[in-house]
Amino acid sequence: MMTSGSVDLIWPASITGGAMQQQDIDIVIVGGGGAGLRAAIAAAESARKENSQQRIMLLSKVYPMRSHTVSAEGGAAAVTSDEDTLQAHFDDTVAGGDWLAEQGVVDYFIRHAHRELVQMERWGCPWSRKPDGSVQVRRFGGMKTARTWFAADKTGFHMLHTLFQTSLKYPEIERLDEYFVLDIAVVDGAVAGVIALKIATGELTLLRAKSVILATGGAGRLFRFNTNAGIVTGDGMAMAFRHGVALRDMEFVQYHPTGLPGSGVLITEACRGEGGILVNKDGYRYLQDYGLGPETPLGEPQNKYMELGPRDKLSQAFWQEQQAGRTGKFGDSDVVYLDLRHLGKDYLHERLPFICELANVFINIDPVKEPIPIRPAVHYTMGGIETDANCETCIKGLYAAGECASVGLHGANRLGSNSLSELLVFGRLAGEQASQRAATVAFADSPALEEQAQAQKTRLAQLYDAQGEENWVELKRELVLSMETGCGIYREAEGMQDTLETIRNLQARYRNIRLQDKSQAYNTELMQCLELGHGLGIAEATCLGALERKESRGAHKRLEENFQQRDDVNYLKHSQVFFNAEGPAQLHWQDVDTHLSAPAERAYGDAGKGIKQ
Amino acid sequence: MMTKKLSIQRYLPEQGNAPYWQDFDVPFDDSTSILDALNYVKEELDGSLTYRWSCRMAICGSCGVMINNTPKLGCNSFLREYEGPVKIAPLAHFPVEKDLIVDMEPFLDHLAAVQPYLIDDSRLIDDNEEGTQTYKQTPAQMEKYKQFAGCINCGLCYSACPQFGLNPEFLGPAALTLAHRYNLDSRDQGKKQRMAQMSREEGVWSCTFVGFCSAVCPKNVDPAAAVNQGKVESAKDMLIGIFKG
Repeated sequence: MMTSGSVDLIWPASITGGAMQQQDIDIVIVGGGGAGLRAAIAAAESARKENSQQRIMLLSKVYPMRSHTVSAEGGAAAVTSDEDTLQAHFDDTVAGGDWLAEQGVVDYFIRHAHRELVQMERWGCPWSRKPDGSVQVRRFGGMKTARTWFAADKTGFHMLHTLFQTSLKYPEIERLDEYFVLDIAVVDGAVAGVIALKIATGELTLLRAKSVILATGGAGRLFRFNTNAGIVTGDGMAMAFRHGVALRDMEFVQYHPTGLPGSGVLITEACRGEGGILVNKDGYRYLQDYGLGPETPLGEPQNKYMELGPRDKLSQAFWQEQQAGRTGKFGDSDVVYLDLRHLGKDYLHERLPFICELANVFINIDPVKEPIPIRPAVHYTMGGIETDANCETCIKGLYAAGECASVGLHGANRLGSNSLSELLVFGRLAGEQASQRAATVAFADSPALEEQAQAQKTRLAQLYDAQGEENWVELKRELVLSMETGCGIYREAEGMQDTLETIRNLQARYRNIRLQDKSQAYNTELMQCLELGHGLGIAEATCLGALERKESRGAHKRLEENFQQRDDVNYLKHSQVFFNAEGPAQLHWQDVDTHLSAPAERAYGDAGKGIKQ
Repeated sequence: MMTKKLSIQRYLPEQGNAPYWQDFDVPFDDSTSILDALNYVKEELDGSLTYRWSCRMAICGSCGVMINNTPKLGCNSFLREYEGPVKIAPLAHFPVEKDLIVDMEPFLDHLAAVQPYLIDDSRLIDDNEEGTQTYKQTPAQMEKYKQFAGCINCGLCYSACPQFGLNPEFLGPAALTLAHRYNLDSRDQGKKQRMAQMSREEGVWSCTFVGFCSAVCPKNVDPAAAVNQGKVESAKDMLIGIFKG
């Protein structure tokens, strides 16, 4: 609030000393996007069912409806029509992930996805409908048949608002909006709470907890050109990582084939699901040259053919066209073109109104009249915090769900529309598990916890005090540029080695960082610095995994001659990167669960005919 | 590159000063949004500048500010649209916390007050329930509320609303629109509960139908229409109450 009169700049009492706020909360959820909100509701329901009084606290660095789930456009997958089968959704997901998915997890997912989408409908989500009032589905890339539920092209927006508004029904779900979680506290191998900073005032809060769920989203902002919101900085990943939880399969970074040039704003895959085509500068549907053909007739999209291939293959095809000089130019960007004109104005305005708005606002193109110039942009983090099939990490009581987690659903490449279903299925599971645990364990002793809270206080005070010469803007720019250069759509050892060195160099320089803004209220520069610190750890894990995976699989594509094929003998394994306070992060390999479907050739278009998928 | 002068209203509570204006020269081209310009200032000129933003694609609702006295989203307003210097201030009618950040808590309280969720008597979906079904809702039934479900909670309409400016207890355009959205949903049975909120003094009847809320809505939700339809519903509700004695 506004005050008058002159006051000297003061240090936050909580940073320089003084009492820290403390509360006891049964279940703490970090992150207010789809996974966090679904977990909160599941925990509340679970506690009610058991007649157990539980305090559930959802912390988020932004108001929940600002979370990045809001930007998801295309839809959420679940087996729905009579012709579709669970087996087909399983096979599509496993093959789509190039056999690096945990198959038991995929099996659980495909069995529970439909129920969750129906639950969303019962909570009021405005799914698009058929004339008879039943739910409509649309085609999506890499899926054998149409099984993607959608709410026009604002599916994530409607899901997030439905979940947020539904959460208001539950008085037992408390919220701390605009709280930035600094760290989790761990005592004797079990989670004991979180330490958070109230952004509005700079005060620290210690929440003692029996269960903590991380639902903090992906890390797309590690890369310069991306479709992600500014908040997608991998905070939860970095916190779990520092406490010894493996970041798994981080080298698998999804490039979405269709981002707007300049901004990277997402143009949904649903455009292609509805029949949009991709052409190069010569007007040629180049995807037929990359194992996705033959060309399907205009207006007759066919699942798993051409534009309905998976995202990794489409982004790789763009790169090849770019190398061959067959891309066009829009501003400084090399682009290809997404042509929707044949769908007609009425259909576009009904099915893809947001796309029409975005193309118009951001690049002044009317998709009814002109093809949309597009290029691939970093979109999704397939890897993340390693959890078991129940969403629990190796730290007891610490769960992770949604994009921040690596429960093992996506393998080496996520299929479009599996992630919105994922956040429901596994958000719910994490919430239930967290509630069950909270009903049986006691809070950790305070002294050990307070020590960790004190350490955060000291760390912050040092950051405020630091007199170094580095600033976050420069460091962040070097990081995101280097990630793009070294860990892009195609990768080779030299580039990744350079990037890894750059990251480690930036980590050293980060210790010399200086804040310009020393204020306590809404210190957004401090947030940027903390997020950058998180990013530097995750970037190392991503780059190390990429460098050591000497094969090509899914979204990880190597240029070296010996590494251009999938190598199941040596790399049918998850990468696990562990934090090391004393030096470089450590990489290990972990077996993959393939007990339901033995690795086979992954093929699309006519080449995929007859293959079991 | 051309440059443009940005005049930004600053307020740094810990320095104890009253709000003041500060000018910055910002390079721009056809694609530079107001949000891009703010990011430029923060990264290149003054790291203490404080504002909210996230999705930068007009769907998260974070970056509402007054641009030349009109409430707008920073991310989908562009410097090219403005002739002279551009004045940027925090959203009107909300308490200012710091620079362009306002206190959104009253707004959230108003949203929560109208019970903005589907109220029905069906139970949750059970673990053992097989072949669960959705409600049927035809496209025509959905059309009735669809537009009103598009609100991104950016708060621009509250900055545009003179009544909210006079009385912050007024539930306001977004909350009343959300209530109306659920009232119109064929799956909902909670209208009666919500009408109590909508019909009270700070509900629909506080609106004097200026209509500026709809003019500034970045998503064409048309809150003014929702509030007016809400008045009709409220009147019917009261009449029925009278007849029923």
